[in-house]
Amino acid sequence: MRRAKLRHLALALVAVALAAPAAGTTKATANEGSLSMIAWEGYLDAKWVKPFERQSGCKVKAKYAGSSDEMVTLMRSGGGGLYDMVSASGDASLRLIYGGDVQAVDVSKVPGWKQFFRGFQSPPNNTVKGKHYGISLQWGPNTLMFNTKKVAPAPRSWSALYDPKFKGKITVPNNPIQIADAALYLSKTRPSLGIKDPYELTKPQFDAAIALLKKQRPLVKKYWGLSSDEVSLFKNGDAVLGASWPYTTGQLQAAKVPVKEVIPREGATGWLDTWMLSAKTKHPNCAYAWYRYISSPKVQALQAVTWGETPVNKLACPLMDKLAKGSCAAYHANAPESFYASIKFWKTPLADCGNGQKKCMDYSQWIKAWNEVIS
Amino acid sequence: MERGDLVATTTAGGPSLRRARRRLFAPFWRLPWLRTALQLLGPVGWMTLIYVAALAALFVYAFWGIDVFTTKVVHTWNLDNFREIFESGPFRGVIWRTVWIAAAVTATCAAIAFPFGYYMARVASGRTRTLLFVLVLLPLWSSYLVRVYAWKVILANDGVLNWSLEKIGLPGAHIGYSNTAMWLVFTYIWLPFMILPVYAALERIPHSYIEASRDLGASGLTTLRRVVLPLALPGLVAGSIFTFSLTLGDYITPTLVGGAGSTFIGNVVYSTGLGVSGNLPFAAAFAAIPLVVMAIYLALAKRTGAFDAL
Repeated sequence: MRRAKLRHLALALVAVALAAPAAGTTKATANEGSLSMIAWEGYLDAKWVKPFERQSGCKVKAKYAGSSDEMVTLMRSGGGGLYDMVSASGDASLRLIYGGDVQAVDVSKVPGWKQFFRGFQSPPNNTVKGKHYGISLQWGPNTLMFNTKKVAPAPRSWSALYDPKFKGKITVPNNPIQIADAALYLSKTRPSLGIKDPYELTKPQFDAAIALLKKQRPLVKKYWGLSSDEVSLFKNGDAVLGASWPYTTGQLQAAKVPVKEVIPREGATGWLDTWMLSAKTKHPNCAYAWYRYISSPKVQALQAVTWGETPVNKLACPLMDKLAKGSCAAYHANAPESFYASIKFWKTPLADCGNGQKKCMDYSQWIKAWNEVIS
Repeated sequence: MERGDLVATTTAGGPSLRRARRRLFAPFWRLPWLRTALQLLGPVGWMTLIYVAALAALFVYAFWGIDVFTTKVVHTWNLDNFREIFESGPFRGVIWRTVWIAAAVTATCAAIAFPFGYYMARVASGRTRTLLFVLVLLPLWSSYLVRVYAWKVILANDGVLNWSLEKIGLPGAHIGYSNTAMWLVFTYIWLPFMILPVYAALERIPHSYIEASRDLGASGLTTLRRVVLPLALPGLVAGSIFTFSLTLGDYITPTLVGGAGSTFIGNVVYSTGLGVSGNLPFAAAFAAIPLVVMAIYLALAKRTGAFDAL
């Protein structure tokens, strides 16, 4: 185990060392004409991909993935190098970095990066030891959504999701990273556990979170996989309360379902997506052209409004309001830096607790425990 | 070009070519088994390569493990995967649930298919029989996924079922996203696979047997129990093999109409092997369990003589 780890780290370093000079020399050469990308459904929408293809001459080949785990598997399939880029979420990015699947990116070549909110320039889920393994894309909080007609008074705490009062009316995502939401709740309600970071859990802290989730299981109507599942659960009245994304809330409100979302008083977890660059890419120029394009305020605003996400580029806010009135404030794109600091962003749980001690539960243990919770 | 070739072979190389052909094909004439072997090579080779090899790979993988950090397969033989499955309460629960629901679905399908098949085979006129055949087969013409989705809509809280119940003044049935919903949908989906073999078995019973039973003074019920049922049993068992194995291996219906406690063996295989973590060895070990269950089931079915009727 230990040897494999070291060997892998060495491989990653070699890959980075090889990639760095290569990236430096390709500046003057022409674009390679194509770019194959793994993305979340909708992230390669024709609305912004078509103009990019015209501008850059790089043809985009899209491969949509349904989960973070699928993204990691795809990036490693065929020995890596089948895909040039991936829109990895925070629960996948560290796995790709430590697995040597992605390479460091030169942020000085991406003008939009300087316009980012400070917190998204070097977030810990895509920047390791000062090296940027990708450029942040968009983010969103994981909110508490409820049916305003069925749930009164409006919940202010995550405790609503563990309340037997709503038995059979609750829905939560089917995702191992959901353990962090339980840990976040416990960090505030049971301070004696000493949870500081919901992604760095020691065995007793982890067990407490799992015990809480096992108690929640009988209350859950359904663990949703796609946001469209959650939409139909709320539409049909099968669920009245659930962990959700602003995008889902927007979809339901557009369909005239009486729902609202809150960030409860315990705070919230959140996700941040990053466009990462394969360690074995053969199309680095097209990739940098994409980086420059996708991080520009205009495209940031367009994607944010289309999918109900929050852009990482500060200058996108006025452009969002131009596309859809009030969308900047609705998706917190104008919030102060302190707001972002209060969100606990997804990151892959590692054995290392952040202090050099290897006492924490790693992601494979999260998966195993989660499978047992929902089985 | 082609024409030139043809001219060349018929004129210059004619006799020698014919001789060569005769030499090439003569052994097949003299040794018929060789011809048979060559003819079978294609399909048998295909079967071995695609079917048996995949199953063998599955079994071999089940005894390997993965390196957690790199998710690469580690080729050391061990029983850890199986130990992990059987030592975990939730996983044992998944196996039990899958087998139990498959059995319930099979029993329900048999209970519906027997009277239905009997009516089709022995009571209905030719025209009605054709109509019933079309009705049984009609659902199979549309996509499985569409039909399961339709049930999802029917069983939802504000769905067709509850709406209708309310209209006639009954309390709503809250069975959406539950094991009951899965049982119902599976029964609906696999029913044709039970009706067809049962119908075939019932149709084959000579009418004279039933008349003989009556002549000997047996009541209708006794005839059914002592004559019709034993003769239809192979058909019921053959149908049950379909319904049982199809339910055992399904993972889409649990995903769509199942609730929070509706994980099937297939769902665990999918989430551990493909979706989450890429732990193929663990998924292979889990996938081997329905194979073992089916092997036991088939051995039991063989003893009832179900395969003699196929």
